Amino acid sequence: MSAPMLELRNVVVDFDGFKAINDLSLTIESGSMTVVIGPNGAGKSTMCDSIIGRVRPTTGTVLFRGQEIQAKPEHDIVGLGICRKFQTPGVLVALSVIDNLTIAATKDRRWWTKFGRKGEAAARERAEDILEMVGLGPRRDELAGNLSHGEKQWLEIGMVVATDAELLLLDEPTAGMGAAESTQTAEIVKALVGKHAVLVIDHDIDFVAQLGGHVVVLHQGQLLREGTLAEIRADEEVAAIYLGRA
Amino acid sequence: MPTTFPAKALAGGIFLALAVAAPWLLTPYDLNLLGRFLALSLTAMGLVLLWGEGGILSLGQGVFFGIGGYAIAMHLKLADLGPDELPDFMVWTGVEKLPWWWELLHSPILAIIAVLVVAPLVAGLIGWAMFRRRIGGVYFALITQALALAFATLLISQQDMTGGFNGLTDYHTLFGFNLNLPSTAVGLYFATLILAVCSLFGLRWLIASRFGKLLRASRDGSNRMRFLGYDPAPYKIIAFTVGALLASVSGALFTLHAGVISPALVGVVPSIEMVIWAAIGGRHSVAGALAGALFVNFAKDKISTAFPELWLYFLGLMFIVAVTVLPKGIAGLFGADHPFRALRKGDMFARWRKDKALQRYSATETAPPQMEAGA
Amino acid sequence: MDAIFLTGQLFNGFSVASLYVLAALGLALSFGLMRVINMAHGEILMLGGYLAYMAMSLFPGPLGLFVAMIFAFLGAGIFGGFLEISLVSKLTARPLDTLLATWGVSLIMQQAARDLFGATGVSVTAPAWLDGGLTLAGLQLPTLRLFILVSAIGVLLGMAAILRYTRIGLLVRAVNQDRPTAAAMGVNVRLVDCFVFALGAAVAGLGGVVLALLGPVTPSVGQSYIVTAFLVVILGGLGSIVGTTIAALIIGLITALSQIFVDVSFAQVLTLLFVIVFLQFRPQGVIAVKSRALDAE
Repeated sequence: MSAPMLELRNVVVDFDGFKAINDLSLTIESGSMTVVIGPNGAGKSTMCDSIIGRVRPTTGTVLFRGQEIQAKPEHDIVGLGICRKFQTPGVLVALSVIDNLTIAATKDRRWWTKFGRKGEAAARERAEDILEMVGLGPRRDELAGNLSHGEKQWLEIGMVVATDAELLLLDEPTAGMGAAESTQTAEIVKALVGKHAVLVIDHDIDFVAQLGGHVVVLHQGQLLREGTLAEIRADEEVAAIYLGRA
Repeated sequence: MPTTFPAKALAGGIFLALAVAAPWLLTPYDLNLLGRFLALSLTAMGLVLLWGEGGILSLGQGVFFGIGGYAIAMHLKLADLGPDELPDFMVWTGVEKLPWWWELLHSPILAIIAVLVVAPLVAGLIGWAMFRRRIGGVYFALITQALALAFATLLISQQDMTGGFNGLTDYHTLFGFNLNLPSTAVGLYFATLILAVCSLFGLRWLIASRFGKLLRASRDGSNRMRFLGYDPAPYKIIAFTVGALLASVSGALFTLHAGVISPALVGVVPSIEMVIWAAIGGRHSVAGALAGALFVNFAKDKISTAFPELWLYFLGLMFIVAVTVLPKGIAGLFGADHPFRALRKGDMFARWRKDKALQRYSATETAPPQMEAGA
Repeated sequence: MDAIFLTGQLFNGFSVASLYVLAALGLALSFGLMRVINMAHGEILMLGGYLAYMAMSLFPGPLGLFVAMIFAFLGAGIFGGFLEISLVSKLTARPLDTLLATWGVSLIMQQAARDLFGATGVSVTAPAWLDGGLTLAGLQLPTLRLFILVSAIGVLLGMAAILRYTRIGLLVRAVNQDRPTAAAMGVNVRLVDCFVFALGAAVAGLGGVVLALLGPVTPSVGQSYIVTAFLVVILGGLGSIVGTTIAALIIGLITALSQIFVDVSFAQVLTLLFVIVFLQFRPQGVIAVKSRALDAE
């Protein structure tokens, strides 16, 4: 078996004595779908943060394609092929929707290429496709800052997809969406699997069921269980944690 | 670059025609003022890129203005001298040998290179140190202000090298032309006008380019930008460097028009006044900044001549009004430049494509999003 | 260079630092709370100086200085509150615009002082009990400088006590830690902002009294201290009293000690270089405020 695409080895994230992530090890294979669930404060978002470089692990290593990435700058990590959608939508508010997508879709991100037009047409073409995919066609030239919360969510999903990264981290992609929109999101996410490895964080168990991937349960910064959704549902300890919290 | 509204192009054309005809319409005194203020407008236009688009407020543009001004003034001082002579103030302070960095500026070519290179280099270094460590906003503004203070204090204290508080003045020959002749004044005016127009269009091109878009992205969302794989630092550094280049050229031109450069023109107070030119004109509009520089400086000239004690009240009020009532400046009043320019160069067919997308969308409105796009 | 001279410079450094503490403390508090810098803060120092001048003209006795301090404290505080309500609160979340608007205020105040009191400035006579000095192991410590040092320490302790033991101090700490949550729990965030801004201005008013004791009060007296006070705020880290104090000490000592070797203008350049280099290693300043909810874009 070849090395996994992403591997977390004994990662600890310590916020002044509070271990948000406590000795977590996890692997993700190419083209797989992983769903991370867990109660509030279980460390789900912090785990994403430590992969993408937003927080630095206190100890432990993060390997992407066999390369240690935990000390690299954020943009270098993204350049290797990981992209993330944040819990609160982060779009480039001063740019139009299509420019947001085009910037995301541009492969060559070195600054000195930005004075010319090389590669712009290809990126723009891809952006137009994704624009349609996320249903923001009519908002194409609107400033992203003027979009509604839901539209920003879609745009950000579109941007993450547009980067064509091998590993996509989606942090609560359905936050603030209704049931119909959640279903649409599930469709999109499922379509991504295979071409990309996808890691989804979500609370909504219906959405998790629709995705139907490998489920990982985090609790107090540690990996509690992993398996299929059915196995997790049958697990008494998981149930106890959720009920105990509720 | 032609704008979308012919009215604006027409107005621009009329202003340009008036500017070209100015030497025949204005008295030599007013022409000199116009030339000076056009020179200052370069600094203001640079601030549109830096502050309006990049969100980086520099309160130290006077430093770069001063570097350009002093570089050309040093050359002019030397150009008036015979061999083995020293500038007047050095004689008074008892300096016996010209320092090597003065010696270099004997050459007109090196003087021009100094104007074009030193300030951007300094800005690049400072920008690199600050933006690499993600220092921006208020911190950057205050540090650049301290820089302006240090620069002005240094100039004053090193009297034997810089002319001290009086600065450098009293020179007559530029590249072999007599600065006192009316024809030289007109030539200088046209040189300034050409540089101002080039800066205007150059900056508008830069702002509309992909570089400009990413600079705007870094202003409002540098983290989102990082997580799309872009490092925001180079964009900010370049904006700061370009702003410094324009300020330096601006300072050199101003020195030629005004016949003097001194610490009083480059310190903390003048540096922050430069910001108000851009703020009054419109921080998002290059043309607005040009207009703002002309407006504020003509107002300053008129008011401080007629009622010297009123000028600071007026200036103070302008700062307050510019951010509370008129955050987009004069340009905002005319709706001249849309602040974010969603429909700009490279997007000439944007509306047509938008309509097409709309049609496609309404035809497939109920269909779920398709994934064929990813392939 | 002998030891006495060196200790003398050290003492000078401490006394310069105490001035910076008085000038920077209010800036640092409101910067931590609201992320805004008041560029007219230097002119509030100036205002304090002129208020001291007026008070000491009215009450010339040996205790006139204390009347002046109360007068300057209250006057500057009221002015600060007014400034916060009328301008600063209107520009929330636009720190750079606040910078520019308050700069406008500072220009107007300078010109107003020039029109009211004249451009040359006014002088106060320090009370006789501040003359002379203390001789300690061959080292001459002027009473005036000691008084300034004691005032700064007193202000620091008073400020810490307000934040630590009073109800309004509790509210300030709450808003400092998490503004939205504090607001959601019914804390009057606007009132807290205004209080802190006014308190900071009041402390600057005291700083103005100290300035008046050291030299003539001119319309531009605030300008000569304020840029360094800004550097103190940057160096200190977001709104921390301890950080600001340490930063004021660092900058005071650098200024005093570097003047042994270079002239004042180079000392200024060295201070600035130090701050820039320091930020390379600790961009958050001396005392970093750690928060998980850093930057909401």
